[in-house]
Amino acid sequence: MAASDTMAPAARESDRERAADYLLKRHRYGWAEALPWLIAIAAFFIFPDRMTFGSQVLVMVMFALSLDLILGYAGIVTLGHAAFFGVGAYTVGLAAARLQWTEPISGLFAAAIAAAIVGFITGWFLLRYRGLTLLMLTLATAIMLQETGNLRSDISGGYDGLPGLTFKPLLGVFDYDLYGHTYYLYALMVLAVVFFFVRRIVYSPFGQALTGIRENVRRMHAIGSPVHWRLVTVYTIAAAIAGVAGALFTQTNAYVTLTVFDFDNSAKVMVMLILGGTGRLYGAFVGATVYMVLEDYFSKLSPTFWQFGIGLVLVLAVLFAPRGLLGLIEKIGSHFTRRKRS
Amino acid sequence: MTPALQVEGLNRAFGALPVTRDVNLMLERGARRALIGPNGAGKTTLVNLITGVLKPHSGRVLLDGDDITSTTQAERARRGLARTFQINQLFRGLTVIENLCMTIGERDGHSNNMWRSAGSRRVVIDEALDHLDSLRLTDDALKLIRELPYGRQRLVEIAIALAQKPRVLLLDEPAAGVPSSESHLILDVVAALDPDIAVLIIEHDMDVVFRFAKEITVLVQGAVFTQGTPSEIMNNQQVRAVYLGQESHRGARHG
Repeated sequence: MAASDTMAPAARESDRERAADYLLKRHRYGWAEALPWLIAIAAFFIFPDRMTFGSQVLVMVMFALSLDLILGYAGIVTLGHAAFFGVGAYTVGLAAARLQWTEPISGLFAAAIAAAIVGFITGWFLLRYRGLTLLMLTLATAIMLQETGNLRSDISGGYDGLPGLTFKPLLGVFDYDLYGHTYYLYALMVLAVVFFFVRRIVYSPFGQALTGIRENVRRMHAIGSPVHWRLVTVYTIAAAIAGVAGALFTQTNAYVTLTVFDFDNSAKVMVMLILGGTGRLYGAFVGATVYMVLEDYFSKLSPTFWQFGIGLVLVLAVLFAPRGLLGLIEKIGSHFTRRKRS
Repeated sequence: MTPALQVEGLNRAFGALPVTRDVNLMLERGARRALIGPNGAGKTTLVNLITGVLKPHSGRVLLDGDDITSTTQAERARRGLARTFQINQLFRGLTVIENLCMTIGERDGHSNNMWRSAGSRRVVIDEALDHLDSLRLTDDALKLIRELPYGRQRLVEIAIALAQKPRVLLLDEPAAGVPSSESHLILDVVAALDPDIAVLIIEHDMDVVFRFAKEITVLVQGAVFTQGTPSEIMNNQQVRAVYLGQESHRGARHG
């Protein structure tokens, strides 16, 4: 098709404008993006007695968001993401239990830094590998950290954990309350800040380069991209965010045990993300919320067989929404707009 | 004048099988050299050795007189060595314009930036559109690569290499897989390349080779069999025997 051979300069000019316009506007916020935040605020007023659960959901959204950065955008497949969640959770837990460092916000920063350091070091070695090798190595990393904690159970508290942690009031004013209202709003604000950063990264040239690595790593090498360095960078950032999520987990629960490093935790966050949809930021919100609410509902319905319900939903999701729930919504949406046009 | 690209005594084996044997090759600035040879002669391996995908077991590669043998593929690309692949290597899930912007971003170092939005640099977008314009791809700018016919994808492959602003360009069968009715589009682009770029083209179609190249290197079983001008190669009896002799069945395949 050599349509442009005969195309008038005016038509080509409009094609240029259209393409430029798309790129110039793509990163702008849309109205629909306010929706998850409005729902989160509405939930605060509608379910005032479920705020501890609500905080757990927000923590998992953040955890899934950090995974989206590396899995959805950079295409790094990992089964050891709980390692960083755990490092963050234990940074705050150990600081409170052993060092009496109980100020919550500085605790988040400490957790981010500790997880980032672990992410940088392990990423530097592991991200030379891909596929199944990488899967096994990330899995092994989380297990090794867990076993290190188990080895020094005198410090970590082992699988009994560090119970009954207390933290200072937020900003010295807002104290922990029985219904978890303070911590819900606290977690929501931290999530908003983290999300703002992640969204900037995703739409930046660096974020584009990550998508390039996911799409075709050979081409990235050929155009001169320092691929390994880019992967280590994003892995470190994602580790830091997972660390913050872990720290919030410890702070909202007031306890932490070595189960945060479980394979189960790594697998669960990946399932949540895939359920919501990878590489689209809001997949983390949808996936984590739907998974947690279903888990909560099914476990009340049948305390022994609840996992069957979750399993069934996942099978259905894989069959009918292979690109996640958001992918499914998109597909239905485009189906309707096409019908309207024709 | 220092040659744009110089290859000295390059050797490489896969296990016990030598695939590149003592290859010497030189591209002057603005050179138009074709690399020909029967299937399995090691042409693509040579390109992979020059670009750094593979490491040679011995020998050197020099770009503008600098020894780049120990540098990575990405480092060589940043120094102005670009290539196209025999089989498309594109960002299939992204739009054509994004493929180009990505290349320019990596070339100019914008891709280290995590804070500015990718769309905020109008200069990058305009340059990407200029590259598309020159290859008449503007009307496909917003299409995903995987939605394009193969021939157009081949053009994007070349557009990316040109957006790297290379000093040396290695074209690995640029018209491979393209129906002959469309291959002239690609060959026109190749013929119109910037005269300052040194070009090495791997090509099977002898018409293209003789029209485009000013010098030809014949590779047989990993070693340089002979080099010369197109007329020298055409009149070389040995070349005709080992390579051009196969033209009868090749001609049949191309119809």
